Amino acid sequence: MKKKILSMGLCAALTASLFAGCGANGGAATSTETVDTSGELTWRLGGIGPITGGAAQYGQGVMNAIQIAVDEVNEAGGINGYKVSFNFQDDETDPQKAVNAYNTLKDWGMQILEGTVTSGACAAVSAETYNDRIFQLTPSASSTSVTEGHDNTFQICFSDPNQGTVSADYIAENSLGTKIGIIYDSSDPYSSGVYQNFAKEAANVGLEIVATEAFTADNKTDFSTQLQKCKDAGADLLFLPFYYQEGSVVLKQAHDMSYAPIMFGVDGFDGLLGVKDFDVSLAEGVYLLTPFAADATDDATKNFVTKYEEQFGGTPNQFAADAYDGVYILKEALESAGLTPEASNEEICEALIGAIQNVNYNGLTGEGMTWNEKGEVSKSPKAVIIENGGYVSVE
Amino acid sequence: MGFLTYLINGLSLGSVYALIALGYTMVYGIAKMLNFAHGDVIMLGAYLVFMCMSNAGLPAVVSIVIAIVCCTAIGIIIEKIAYKPLRRATNLAVLITAIGVSYFLQNMALLIFGSNPVSFTSVVKWSGLSLAGGQLKITGSAIVTIITCLIIMFALMWFVKNTKPGQAMRAVSEDKDAAILMGINVNATISLTFAIGSGLAAIAGALLCSAYPTLNPYTGSMPGIKAFTAAVFGGIGSIPGALIGGLLLGVIEILAKAYISSQLADAIVFAVLIIVLLVKPTGILGKQIKEKV
Repeated sequence: MKKKILSMGLCAALTASLFAGCGANGGAATSTETVDTSGELTWRLGGIGPITGGAAQYGQGVMNAIQIAVDEVNEAGGINGYKVSFNFQDDETDPQKAVNAYNTLKDWGMQILEGTVTSGACAAVSAETYNDRIFQLTPSASSTSVTEGHDNTFQICFSDPNQGTVSADYIAENSLGTKIGIIYDSSDPYSSGVYQNFAKEAANVGLEIVATEAFTADNKTDFSTQLQKCKDAGADLLFLPFYYQEGSVVLKQAHDMSYAPIMFGVDGFDGLLGVKDFDVSLAEGVYLLTPFAADATDDATKNFVTKYEEQFGGTPNQFAADAYDGVYILKEALESAGLTPEASNEEICEALIGAIQNVNYNGLTGEGMTWNEKGEVSKSPKAVIIENGGYVSVE
Repeated sequence: MGFLTYLINGLSLGSVYALIALGYTMVYGIAKMLNFAHGDVIMLGAYLVFMCMSNAGLPAVVSIVIAIVCCTAIGIIIEKIAYKPLRRATNLAVLITAIGVSYFLQNMALLIFGSNPVSFTSVVKWSGLSLAGGQLKITGSAIVTIITCLIIMFALMWFVKNTKPGQAMRAVSEDKDAAILMGINVNATISLTFAIGSGLAAIAGALLCSAYPTLNPYTGSMPGIKAFTAAVFGGIGSIPGALIGGLLLGVIEILAKAYISSQLADAIVFAVLIIVLLVKPTGILGKQIKEKV
């Protein structure tokens, strides 16, 4: 009897806590599947990225943007006469969960993968797609570990070496700082990759690196020691190649210790202004890299930004724009290869590897984008500064 | 000046470790089991405080009291369901169960709260002390954490030494079977220990997240492991040992980051632990327990 009462009490507690959770965050979606595909033959496009967790803004942006592009493509008659169905799975930025998500998509019958969003998870998944011969196009995983040795993986975003080099060149050309402090995430391939290439280029262009500090995924709530060391070393510019969530903590802690160097992030800082409960005034004057400006006035950008704001609210970031371009790049490559969804994954993969290298695409994130056999795109990043709570291009 | 700043940072980090370690050491000292779910109860405590403060708009003190009550209840329930049926099982079985409970709590929190990190509003409104013309800053939450830690440590020591339930705890800790023969309710005593440990976890959660304000379902796990290390470092089972171990661990971690390498800080912390245990296997304040034959 006692046990029965106990278990009933537990059930009640669990139910109550579930409702409490719903009140707190409105219930989070973990995956989406759109377009009823019963009976009809369609292209099966999969997507993977963090819709929850520390890089959730990227995954959500990518998911929403692909949705917009897929809807547009389907409205205009699909690709080679076949509509596209799209299925997006959450990976919480975790490599293990990304592979689980990939297996889910494979069971669903995925033919092409547009993902994953973050580098660490993408490297794990691209090893799988390489073995399974599924064509993979990542909107935003910039690490070289994603494409190296995987002939089936292509990037829409610029790569880490590119980001590190462009950052160092930009800082040197505009004499933003003379003494550079670096803080990076040594447990993340993206962050370490950008850092290494930055350090290499910094030596070439004569920037003096006075402090190099690291943190790991297990230890990313306290940066006061790293900041103090940079301050003591007299760094007047901090190079911060990691994601916006940790970025917001670094900015706050630097502010608390009255340390105000120039902060220079790379593409991972895109999203900084959207961090919940973050005092955006702390982000004033922060530099970051992006190939996309939501305030651009060309028709394509205006169309995309308007649709995004109408359907999902908020301003799309560069990864959303990359992902939107991705669908059209796939469309162009599939059309030039003359494929239909009846082809096997392997046939699609081999055909696309060849076809994408002949694509010359004008999109939201660059003019005349082309790809080499290493999977890298030809575009280069641009620096943006945060002013009055918005991103402003600096040219 | 740099050294003093690092030292203060180390002490504030260490005080959080010490506060968590008190819960670990308390449960180990009396129930002789490693409650690996302690870190996750801390996370739940922090979420409860967060929800009371940010969603319900309650004052900090009331929120903490609610969190303590809820965590105490959660602690008792966990003990009843997961650990009590294993009272006669081997230590290893209990240890594995504790790891299972830890993952269960993490995943339940993921389900309820989602994995998006939330910004925790500090429960300490005081901005702290500014010494040497603003060059040295001690945050309010660090001072409150250290003071809380000392109060809890002395209160626990007094409780274990001078009260009836405290005496029962010491008896259970020394010899469970003899304690039963002496008419002590061993189950109730162990439940009480869990209740106290989990109540402390709520306080630790509130102060941990006040010092380092990002809260997600994994928030408790790394500090939990570090605090366990601190408890072993200071001599597991010893209440003042937890405080000393926690503070030392925090200071070593920050100084290693500052003067040796921020890339290697964690490796150095655990290397120090290994060395201490090689020299003094029972930890700094640990007692040598003679094996009875």
